[in-house]
Amino acid sequence: MPPAAAPNDLPLGIDVAGVNVTYANGHLALRDATFALAGGTICALVGVNGSGKSTLFKAIMGIVVPAAGRVRIAGLPVAQALKRNLVAYVPQSEEVDWSFPVSVWDVVLMGRYGHMGFLRIPRAEDRRIAEESLARVGMLEFRERQIGELSGGQRKRVFLARALAQRARVILLDEPFTGVDVNTELAIIALLRELRAEGHIMLVSTHNLGSVPEFCDQVVLINRTVLACGPTAEVFTEENLLRAFGGVLRHFRFDESTVQNHDGRAVTLLTDDERPLVFGKGGHVEYRERAGREDVVKKRAEGEGDV
Amino acid sequence: MNRLLEPFQFPFMTDAMIVGAAVGAVCAVLSCYLVLKGWSLMGDAISHAVLPGIVVAYAIGLPLAVGAFASGLLCAVLTGFIKANSRVKEDTVMGVVFTGLFAFGLVLFTKVRSDLHLDHILFGNILGLEPGDLRNTVVVAGAVLAVVLALRRDLLLFCFDPTHARTVGLKNGILYYLLLTLLAVTIVVSLKAVGIILVIAMLVTPGCIGYLLSDRFSVMLAIAVASAVGSSLGGVYVSFFLNASTGACIVLLQAGVFLAALIGAPKHGLLAARRRTSGPRSETAPATTEV
Repeated sequence: MPPAAAPNDLPLGIDVAGVNVTYANGHLALRDATFALAGGTICALVGVNGSGKSTLFKAIMGIVVPAAGRVRIAGLPVAQALKRNLVAYVPQSEEVDWSFPVSVWDVVLMGRYGHMGFLRIPRAEDRRIAEESLARVGMLEFRERQIGELSGGQRKRVFLARALAQRARVILLDEPFTGVDVNTELAIIALLRELRAEGHIMLVSTHNLGSVPEFCDQVVLINRTVLACGPTAEVFTEENLLRAFGGVLRHFRFDESTVQNHDGRAVTLLTDDERPLVFGKGGHVEYRERAGREDVVKKRAEGEGDV
Repeated sequence: MNRLLEPFQFPFMTDAMIVGAAVGAVCAVLSCYLVLKGWSLMGDAISHAVLPGIVVAYAIGLPLAVGAFASGLLCAVLTGFIKANSRVKEDTVMGVVFTGLFAFGLVLFTKVRSDLHLDHILFGNILGLEPGDLRNTVVVAGAVLAVVLALRRDLLLFCFDPTHARTVGLKNGILYYLLLTLLAVTIVVSLKAVGIILVIAMLVTPGCIGYLLSDRFSVMLAIAVASAVGSSLGGVYVSFFLNASTGACIVLLQAGVFLAALIGAPKHGLLAARRRTSGPRSETAPATTEV
């Protein structure tokens, strides 16, 4: 591969093979992690807290160096891929200092740094791309705002715009839907779908299990290692999720609950960290365990004429 | 009127003003990064940790600045090493390391026979500059300023979002040690003016003033430099009449400006915050405190 080749010339892919990551305190964060993604995908990265999701991101960004195994992006080692601005990261809201004295425009221009010269003085081209990226996420009119003066959804969109301005082909998103209103969530998903159609790879770390089948075509399940990876329909199964989450996952099995008139086939509700609040047909709260609440079931059955 | 112009007749006063302004400017620029990066304690640590280096350099005949620089850096590196290899948190480690080095310096000082004055090292001696001090200070301060201003965007991104800095190909490791080195060099050139104990004020206060008064980094930088240079000139001038420690006068003036900004800053000041919350909230506030 000649060094002058533009990033777009390379067939895009992420190839993580046998990666072990150990931290200086001896903690083994990832063991033998292996998966591969080809261009044009939105892939969910799902696992409990401490399962190694952020370590995996760090390995893809070269922030931690694997003790064993290798990461390749578009066939290149990480350092070279970063030089070509192939990888962008959209941080979790908690990681950002929102009182930092930078404007929306400053942040989006930071996406262009890798394309600028030593003094990072933006050229007309950089300005044009930054403007275009802000317009694409609908934030152009906010360009002079200090970043702390934005709503949760707007903040997310600014950092997405930065990734767009970077012209990265691999975009890592860390919990993109936390603190975001429903409309922004839909707008972000629509944007990710556009990017997928353009051949990008989006790797989305998320706790929001319910949203995964809605917009991710592939899933990587991890718990200190890659447990499963592949198309959502094949990987995102109850069995696999139980394996990935162990006892951490909360269940709400309709057939065991106070919900009545289900047809006997088990419907299970899974959620990661929070217990779901379920309202039944009559608008009343449903409890997880039918056992011990026979009186409630009976009363409701009488009240609604359900038997 | 003549009485007010009197300080300008003495070369030692005008030299002190030039050195004070140069030191103020370079400290102010760095302070903006320290405040944003949360490195105030790092500045304090390095400034104290230079003491043993100064004493050792004196004993073996090296330039004092070289020793100061080496032991300041040793403090930062030692802190990083202990933090990475133990369960103790960084600020705690730093507290132990820099006070340890400072105490070591004090003990060394009494054991090494010298014509150094401990109080000049601790509190500065800007009115007693030696020949060449003026030129050296201005040259070094100018060099540090040039490096910081050339790399200001990289350093800002390094403070704001090191992960993104990494993905666009910045070398965070180099920027980290560069910022440390600039800090150590700045502390060394500032010792003459304000000394080990007070230099941390020069390295934090101007940045805080700028941070309170602006939401734009370039404006914050300008405000910090202006307030620091103004305080240095004013401090040297005032100390002539008060016959007080010059370093202390400079730092006191900065603290005064900070206080004014803290109270009166148009957007982030205490009065502005009170104006914003007064009205609907002032009525509900007592109710919640009663509960």
